[in-house]
Amino acid sequence: MSETAYNNRTVEGFLISSLVWGVVGIVLGLLVSMQLWEAAFNFGQYFTYGRLRTVHVNVLAYGLGLGAIFGLFYYMLVKLTKRELVFPKLARAHLWLFNIGIAVATLSLFAGLTQSLEYAEFEWPVDIVVVIIWVIFCVNIFATIIKRKENQMYVSLWFMIATAIAVAILYLVNNMSIPATLTKSYHIFTGLNSANVEWWYGHNAVGFLFTTPILAMFYYFLPVSTKMPIYSHRLSMVAFWSLIFTYLWTGAHHLVYTPLPDWLQTVAIIFSLMLIAPSWGTVVNGYFTMESDWSKLQSNYLTKFFLAAVTFYGLQTIQGPSQAIRVISSLIHYTDWVPGHVHMGTMGWVTLTACAGMYYVFPKIYATTVYSVKMANAHFWLVFIGQIMFSLTMWIAGIQQGAMLKMTNTDGTLAYTFMETLAGIYPYWQLRTVAGVVYAAGMIIFIINIVMTIVKGRNILASQTAKA
Amino acid sequence: MSDNNSIYSKPVTFSVIALVAILVGSIVTAFYPLARDEMHPKLDTLKQYTALELAGRDIYQREGCSVCHTQTVRPLKTDVLRYGDYSKAGENAYERPFLWGSRRVGPDLARIGGKYSDEWHNQHFLDPRKFAAKSNMPVYPWLENVNLNPTTVESHMKALNFSYTMDEIVALSDKTELEALTAYMQFIGTSVDKFSLVVFSEDDYAEYNNIVKGKPEAAVRGKSVYLSECSGCHGKRGEGDLAMPLAEYGEDMDEMTAFMTIANGLDGFMPGFINTMTKDQIAGIVEYLRVMSAGAGSGTVQ
Ligand code: HEC
Ligand code: HEC
Ligand code: HEM
Ligand code: HEM
Repeated sequence: MSETAYNNRTVEGFLISSLVWGVVGIVLGLLVSMQLWEAAFNFGQYFTYGRLRTVHVNVLAYGLGLGAIFGLFYYMLVKLTKRELVFPKLARAHLWLFNIGIAVATLSLFAGLTQSLEYAEFEWPVDIVVVIIWVIFCVNIFATIIKRKENQMYVSLWFMIATAIAVAILYLVNNMSIPATLTKSYHIFTGLNSANVEWWYGHNAVGFLFTTPILAMFYYFLPVSTKMPIYSHRLSMVAFWSLIFTYLWTGAHHLVYTPLPDWLQTVAIIFSLMLIAPSWGTVVNGYFTMESDWSKLQSNYLTKFFLAAVTFYGLQTIQGPSQAIRVISSLIHYTDWVPGHVHMGTMGWVTLTACAGMYYVFPKIYATTVYSVKMANAHFWLVFIGQIMFSLTMWIAGIQQGAMLKMTNTDGTLAYTFMETLAGIYPYWQLRTVAGVVYAAGMIIFIINIVMTIVKGRNILASQTAKA
Repeated sequence: MSDNNSIYSKPVTFSVIALVAILVGSIVTAFYPLARDEMHPKLDTLKQYTALELAGRDIYQREGCSVCHTQTVRPLKTDVLRYGDYSKAGENAYERPFLWGSRRVGPDLARIGGKYSDEWHNQHFLDPRKFAAKSNMPVYPWLENVNLNPTTVESHMKALNFSYTMDEIVALSDKTELEALTAYMQFIGTSVDKFSLVVFSEDDYAEYNNIVKGKPEAAVRGKSVYLSECSGCHGKRGEGDLAMPLAEYGEDMDEMTAFMTIANGLDGFMPGFINTMTKDQIAGIVEYLRVMSAGAGSGTVQ
């Protein structure tokens, strides 16, 4: 097998793993969404909401998200450095270890082994595996970039480097813990510091898992798949540096009105507002890129994926900073508004961009075309509608409950009991499950389309080998 | 960018600059605070966890209670009304990790300690819907069947450097996970005094009683509030359950006392309802208690 074919197999392996984990995570998403409006959907110890919600989040963030990131990064890396990976075998080991790691991690969460730190739930033995996985990844990325055959590093490589460095620091620091047994440890930081370090980590998990790697994909796959060059490289540069500088200051916006010292909250709020600019740097760059030829929206089915994804990203990065402001936080913090925000980012920006990348990569690997553009369009519209329904219902539910919880009577007492406010949002939760089904239907069509593309590609390969 | 000697063609230099850019904010907002005194306050009243309470906290983590429950009351009027005094920095000196949470599917628990009896918690974990018909909290029946493992709990106490006696550890083998979780519930928030923003006074009573007394529609409203808020403890028809029967309470009650009891609560685990109910609603319940007793529990109010 040629080196290119070998590396392509690794890329393909990551992307398929990502989709398999995606199915698991989305099915669990549907189940947890049902548990919220009907407690009878909690099945025994291992399938209660408390554990499953965490499994949902981790399987999607790390299984679907990281799987897609690793696969698409290795693909882009080879193209952008104009050489093969320096350590192809290591990349293959990386693939196996990644899947074993996610499987073990998932089982451990089902078993209730958790550090209770959001996005850093894995207990310390799993953390060690994660660190090994990340080191392998970094070795390959940096070695290949250093030995590249193309002098200039393209924007996507900048974002890759930033991702590799930032995740390493964040993960190592926040997962420092005092191990008590093989399955239990306690955060090394106490009280206020535990909270502050966790959300410095937590917000930047969003920043360096759901933002910078996706931007790397966006900057690469938008121009290559639509043949429209990025509008401004100067803008990319400014946006890159200001983004990676600003992100790290904002963690405490998750802790507004907690006992954390006010100055930390205020610094985080101010930097959150500033974060609009670098985020919109990319959004504007994306819009102007597409503006060079709007007819591509008709002629190239992937254009609308990028247009919708970057629009969701743009909305997300206006909504996020607003949520950080104290008055707004006091209303929506702790409510359904936040899952509405979260899923616009994950279902809109992250998965739309990653899916577009996969639609580009799979046919390239087999030198063929996608199995069905019609199915890709159906996928797009289902995911688009499902996501908008999801977020709209959650925003309404969040504001309704937030407002009811804050309402007082003229005599100074509270207008509603907690249960009254909860009962009021059950209908929205039921609608959210419907939205999830619509989204899941879209994703299933996507997966079938990819599988058929692979089958088509393999048949072509087989017939070529037969001829040769 | 077209310049062949820019940092964009020198990956090592580029990486170092990126590292610095990432570290500046991290150092100022996450690392530097580690060393500041204001991040390590401790209330004098704060106690360390006992072995049983820590075992309960571990179960709280394991079951993922913190994805539905927060443990921090914000310094906002309505948070304080609903849950009690706002959270203090000094309450967190032994929290590893912090369990403040980020989502309130259920109510905040920062002030749950002492609010209900142990028996209430035990029953609530087995059947939340008994106390709140529309609750979506899962049931936790397996907690009742598993006893604690003293060696494991001891290694946890050691890791955290908490003091304990061997008697305390040995005694754990007789305790179920349910009892441990309940002990943890009763610990939370006990370093801060109970606190209510609104206290019901006798003047309030006079005003409402005049409007409500003898009004059937007030009793109907009172009944529905009774069923959602009181029946878990006092029984659906006032027959008594966790707490004493109320079926005959209304016969010769002193309405003012009834009013004050419901509004401000009693020390023996009768919660006060003044913060979460209108005075109007409370008056309605008193009226319902009267009607319920008159009908001797046969339900004149339908
Ligand atoms: C699906 C979300 C959910 C999960 C998971 C959950 N709860 Fe609850 N919890 C609720 C809701 C909703 C209520 C309010 C209704 C009720 O009393 O059941 C509640 C109420 C409570 C109360 C009473 C609060 C009060 O002030 O009346 C306690 C105590 C409690 N939960 C503890 C726990 C513990 C401990 C766990 C983990 C073993 C847990 N909960 C898991 C949703 C949840
Ligand atoms: C968590 C369980 C619980 C709930 C909920 C509860 N109670 Fe009670 N109630 C008690 C307990 C326990 C006592 C006895 C307290 C004491 O003696 O200190 C009590 C006492 C009382 C008394 C005084 C009885 C007497 O003989 O002096 C009245 C009246 C009363 N409750 C009414 C209500 C009403 C009305 C509600 C609903 C709004 C309610 N309770 C909700 C537990 C509860
Ligand atoms: C069928 C689609 C999906 C459904 C029905 C669904 C459902 C849910 C539900 C019910 C929650 C808990 C919300 C709450 O606390 O009230 C949740 C949380 C979360 N989900 Fe999903 N989800 C879906 C898809 C996704 C995808 C594709 C991703 C990411 C790639 C994702 C990432 C997350 C994250 C990060 C959280 C945690 C949010 C927080 O802590 O505030 N979800 N999801
Ligand atoms: C300018 C950029 C952004 C800012 C300033 C921002 C701000 C915020 C704030 C303030 C919260 C906390 C809300 C609350 O609990 O009250 C939050 C939650 C969240 N945001 Fe954003 N956001 C931004 C972009 C994004 C993007 C692009 C994503 C991608 C998916 C994202 C994903 C999340 C997630 C997953 C949470 C939930 C965290 C949790 O509680 O578990 N955010 N964001």
